[in-house]
Amino acid sequence: MGKNLYQKIWENHVVGQLATGQYQLFIGLHLIHEVTSPQAFGMLRDKGLRVAYAERTFATVDHIIPTTDQSRPLKDDMAEKMIQVLSDASSDNGIEFFAPNSGRQGIVHVVGPELGLTQPGMTICCGDSHTSTHGAFGCIALGIGTSQVRDVLASQTLAMDPLKVRRIRIEGSLSAGVTAKDVTLHIIRTLGVNGGVGYAYEYAGQVIEAMSMEERMTVCNMSIEGGARCGYICPDDVTIEYLRGRERVPVGAEFELAAEKWLSYRSDADAAFDDEILIQGDSIQPTVTWGVTPGQAISVTELVPDPEAVSGLDRNLISDALAYMQLQANQPIDGVRIDVAFLGSCTNGRLSDFKEVAEYIKGRKVAGHVRALAVPGSEQVDLEARQLGLPEIFEAAGFEWRLPGCSMCLAMNPDKLVGDQVCASSSNRNFIGRQGSSTGRTILMSPVMVAAAAIEGQVSDVRTTFNLGTVK
Amino acid sequence: MSKITKMSGRGIYVQGNDIDTDRIIPARYLKCVTFDELGPALFYDERFHDSGESKGHVLDMQQFKGAEFIISDANFGCGSSREHAPQAIQKFGFKAIIAESFAEIFHGNCPTLGIPCLIMAKDARSALADLVQDNPQEEMFFDIETMQIIMLNQTFGFTMKESVREAFLSASYDPLDELMLNAEAVAQVAARLS
Repeated sequence: MGKNLYQKIWENHVVGQLATGQYQLFIGLHLIHEVTSPQAFGMLRDKGLRVAYAERTFATVDHIIPTTDQSRPLKDDMAEKMIQVLSDASSDNGIEFFAPNSGRQGIVHVVGPELGLTQPGMTICCGDSHTSTHGAFGCIALGIGTSQVRDVLASQTLAMDPLKVRRIRIEGSLSAGVTAKDVTLHIIRTLGVNGGVGYAYEYAGQVIEAMSMEERMTVCNMSIEGGARCGYICPDDVTIEYLRGRERVPVGAEFELAAEKWLSYRSDADAAFDDEILIQGDSIQPTVTWGVTPGQAISVTELVPDPEAVSGLDRNLISDALAYMQLQANQPIDGVRIDVAFLGSCTNGRLSDFKEVAEYIKGRKVAGHVRALAVPGSEQVDLEARQLGLPEIFEAAGFEWRLPGCSMCLAMNPDKLVGDQVCASSSNRNFIGRQGSSTGRTILMSPVMVAAAAIEGQVSDVRTTFNLGTVK
Repeated sequence: MSKITKMSGRGIYVQGNDIDTDRIIPARYLKCVTFDELGPALFYDERFHDSGESKGHVLDMQQFKGAEFIISDANFGCGSSREHAPQAIQKFGFKAIIAESFAEIFHGNCPTLGIPCLIMAKDARSALADLVQDNPQEEMFFDIETMQIIMLNQTFGFTMKESVREAFLSASYDPLDELMLNAEAVAQVAARLS
């Protein structure tokens, strides 16, 4: 019996078993940021411990950084303090810090891959749930809490129970207007927001194989929204070609050796899985959320659900979500008026996202009542977008092109919804209050669906707005 | 770190599936460099209007003041990895959480802080929630060894992740000391993987 990728990487990184029965897992790459990591340095100090493998930890700032004026000191005193504490802790401990204006700052899950720090076969940790993004390269990539950040800083290891592995095969192909974001929303809608508890997800099949690395990152990014501890895709030629020439990967013959090693982590043809799911790619439609969890999603052509059609707590959950969203049972989601359009985040803030949207919005205008934000995921994304003239296209269409950061995904910075505004968002969470207003409303969708919503001023089927052929 | 085997206290039922960490602690309270001040921010936007006026949330009901166990539904603690969430729960005064299921990262964050997450089947969990609703002043007693909660002479079984249960019973729920003991083996793995 062969092994799957999860088993291979796990075995390669296990240091030993602990008295509790858990395993001590070595962590190859540790990424830290200003929100969940500064406290861990305080915990280390309290215990009289030092950072053990500083060369395996990298720091940047993303959550609290403003996306208009990043000049220091920041206007928000606490935000300034958080950056300063992280910056000081990094330099005191010999950790490389990707500071604003270094050319390397950005959302931690955009920066790791684009620098080539993220490599197949690794275990990767970060005090951020969307660490699952890095699984796109064939890694065990785990979001962790601050005490675990402390554990990794002090020991370069974590105490872990092994996971089960569910393979999700998506076969066939995607229809026009259907993107990686729709694939992930469809999976979460189908399996539920807690469907993945206890599992690592392996995404496989023709649809996944045909995806670019950016698209694969979008899929793995939202594994956590489906309840999985992590998600991954086996490395292939697409992975290798993405990594070739990146700043932090080996060069020449060493790269070829590394590539051979990376490919060896692929799940074996006869690997066993604890569970397997098959989804046909052509069954996936442009998908949007209607409620307050990412699993409360429907295709853009469907009606929002009716609480009367179900019973018990489910009925309460649907009616509460509809009330919060100010939607009526059985109303079409297509046509719901929006106030804000947000393009960005670790889910969909990469160059390919902006390139694709630019093709659609060129020569068009954002609806007059819509505030539209385009926020590159990193300084490198921003630079490459500028080289392609993308900001001009976005600005001509009525978008604001802003500086890199998490921006309105979670509103720990000045980018927030106001009151009960409705936001068509390429981000990953539509939780109550997520975008900075306790009554703000988020509708998750793909970047091209955000573009369609921005132009129409309401939730719209991308296939209709941009004439992409027959709507099924 | 001392063993955690038995606890007693009053309960409170915070209803809902998929209670996410943004609800447990809104992102604006994550602007801090220590966890010390997080208690009052627990479930803030669920409890208070923007004006600061109370919404009459269960946490602020007189009869549930001083409760020490949260009872909730399924997938408690989903979303962001922020340890601020269990930290706020603990600093507010809660000692343990009882739910049908817990989201993975949250579930991993709690033991290190000494917060047991008790998993209880839906029917028993509903019955316990009803009992707490009707008898807010009554204490419940739980025992990690027997995996039972007793309240008003009624017994409710629960489960835990086995490794976590073992960690509470053997006073090793904060794993750092044990992780540090194996520095040499860690160095060998590091050398092999470099």
